[in-house]
Amino acid sequence: MAETVLEIRDLRKSFGALKATDGVSLDLVRGEIHALIGPNGAGKSTLIHQIAGSLTPDSGTIRFLGRDVAGLDMAARARLGLARSFQTSSLAREFSALRNVMLAVQARQGSSLRFLRPVMQDASLTEPAMAMLARVGLAERAHVPAAELSHGECRQLEIAIALALGPRAFLLDEPMAGMGPEGSRRLTAFLDALRQEAPILLVEHDMDAVFALADRISVLVYGRVIATGKVDEIRNDPEVRRAYLGESA
Amino acid sequence: MRRAVTREAATNTTLALLLLAAPLAASAMGEPFYVTLATRIAVLALAAVGLNIALGLGGLVSFGHAAFFGLGGYAAGILATHAFNAEPLFLGIAGTTSMPAIWLVAMVVCGLVALPIGAVSLRTSGVYFIMITLAFAQMIYYFAISWPAYGGEDGLSIYLRNSFPWVNTAAPLPFFLVCYGLLLLGLLVFRALRDSRFGAALQAARQNEVRLAAVGIAPFDIRLTAFVISAMMTGVAGALFADLNHFVSPSMLSWHMSGELIVLIILGGKGRLFGPVAGAMLYVLLEHVLGGITERWQFFLGLILLGVVLFARGGLIGLVAGRQSHG
Ligand SMILES: Nc1ncnc2c1ncn2[C@@H]1O[C@H](COP(=O)(O)OP(=O)(O)O)[C@@H](O)[C@H]1O
Ligand SMILES: [Mg+2]
Repeated sequence: MAETVLEIRDLRKSFGALKATDGVSLDLVRGEIHALIGPNGAGKSTLIHQIAGSLTPDSGTIRFLGRDVAGLDMAARARLGLARSFQTSSLAREFSALRNVMLAVQARQGSSLRFLRPVMQDASLTEPAMAMLARVGLAERAHVPAAELSHGECRQLEIAIALALGPRAFLLDEPMAGMGPEGSRRLTAFLDALRQEAPILLVEHDMDAVFALADRISVLVYGRVIATGKVDEIRNDPEVRRAYLGESA
Repeated sequence: MRRAVTREAATNTTLALLLLAAPLAASAMGEPFYVTLATRIAVLALAAVGLNIALGLGGLVSFGHAAFFGLGGYAAGILATHAFNAEPLFLGIAGTTSMPAIWLVAMVVCGLVALPIGAVSLRTSGVYFIMITLAFAQMIYYFAISWPAYGGEDGLSIYLRNSFPWVNTAAPLPFFLVCYGLLLLGLLVFRALRDSRFGAALQAARQNEVRLAAVGIAPFDIRLTAFVISAMMTGVAGALFADLNHFVSPSMLSWHMSGELIVLIILGGKGRLFGPVAGAMLYVLLEHVLGGITERWQFFLGLILLGVVLFARGGLIGLVAGRQSHG
């Protein structure tokens, strides 16, 4: 049995009367891509927020690397090795692409309470950051402010930042959204290899990508996981077809 | 990008040389008043460079920095008074008239006061942060007014300007040079902070705190550190201001003063290295020139401020040197 990296048990979160997360249990094991699919408003982003620490669940547990992360804020969870990308890109927009990645490299190296050495002359920051940009194909755009990057480039930059953290798990919220077919195809190939570095919890609407990549799929509807299984099991699950795939099939 | 950087550097160098040359010339021509004016610019600029760390780099609009400016002023006034009267301060500790010692005390006091103020204020953001910093500063203001030991409402005179090794601080030009040197030092500190890892995190916290937290850096810790450093620098400027005027009073602690420091930064260009210098130059010159013509000179200051906010967000430095470059 593969090692469980992330273990979610009976998680619940309500917004008023709306049960956005309604008793979700889910695992992420080493080496896998676990896709989380479901219609808009099913609670996928809300779940990612609770794992990453930007929302507090009402009840339930989240264990990461065997440790209950309940008391940890977003920054502390990131330091433990949880790297996330946001559904709508969240970047330091005045900073260049390079400086956005350097921030992650700097965080990984330890304390940011260092006051003297200029970061742009610090090869221990610039070189790894450049390498990450090159990996996602953004090397040429390294010095462009994030505010001036295209939508697709922002998505790539988010991935580069996550990579630079050297994480133990990735939480990717619709990384392909708005990327175009060529971009999606390239990102699919990229994520395919990435699972060897760290397992990926992948929220994605692009079904071609999901079926190509996922080792397992969980289907979320109205805050509940209605099915978890291998690609073929999910494709052929009548309940899933009715509740979700039916809409697009 | 390269050109914008050098244009800003050229602008900064010009301003630095101008601020040095003007009082040298005035002194040579026997016009000490203008030396005092330049000193006022240097000291206010230093106070604003301090605030610029929190406000410009960190986006923390502190409306309470007069607290630190005033505490620095009182550090100078109180230590000098005790030294003058040869009365120990407390626990047998003597006063002092040595500027470096006073600056050290000002920094320590301001740092110690800024720590709890920041720790509370930084739990909030936006307009609440502005109001809480204002409230803390007003508390200190009223405390100073109602504490008779050091002059209360009337303030405290410094009969002899405090001393600096090998410098005749009583004369205008040498005192200016001390203030100018400290301003340059403050600017060096600002630049080092801005370009460092700490500065990267601080500026990221301003742009997008969620992004900063998502890479594992807690925005609160970074901001609190910035707030404390910022207060310490403004405190040193306060000590100089008291020495410049031979006087410290609660007005140094008032919200007008906090507002004035913010205005200097907005005028000059927030977050820009020489923004506070440009802002202080414009402010003091307006105050002098227009103030000589009309008591309502602040009306024109208001117009200029309006113009800057509407048409030149980067302030004077932004107008001359173009947009900020982040490398
Ligand atoms: N902060 C919030 N306050 C109130 N309702 C919210 C909040 N965030 C999300 N919701 C609601 O929770 C449900 C799940 O949203 P979300 O997790 O974004 O769905 P998904 O990512 O699957 O599209 C939606 O109905 C959404 O409107
Ligand atoms: Mg979503």
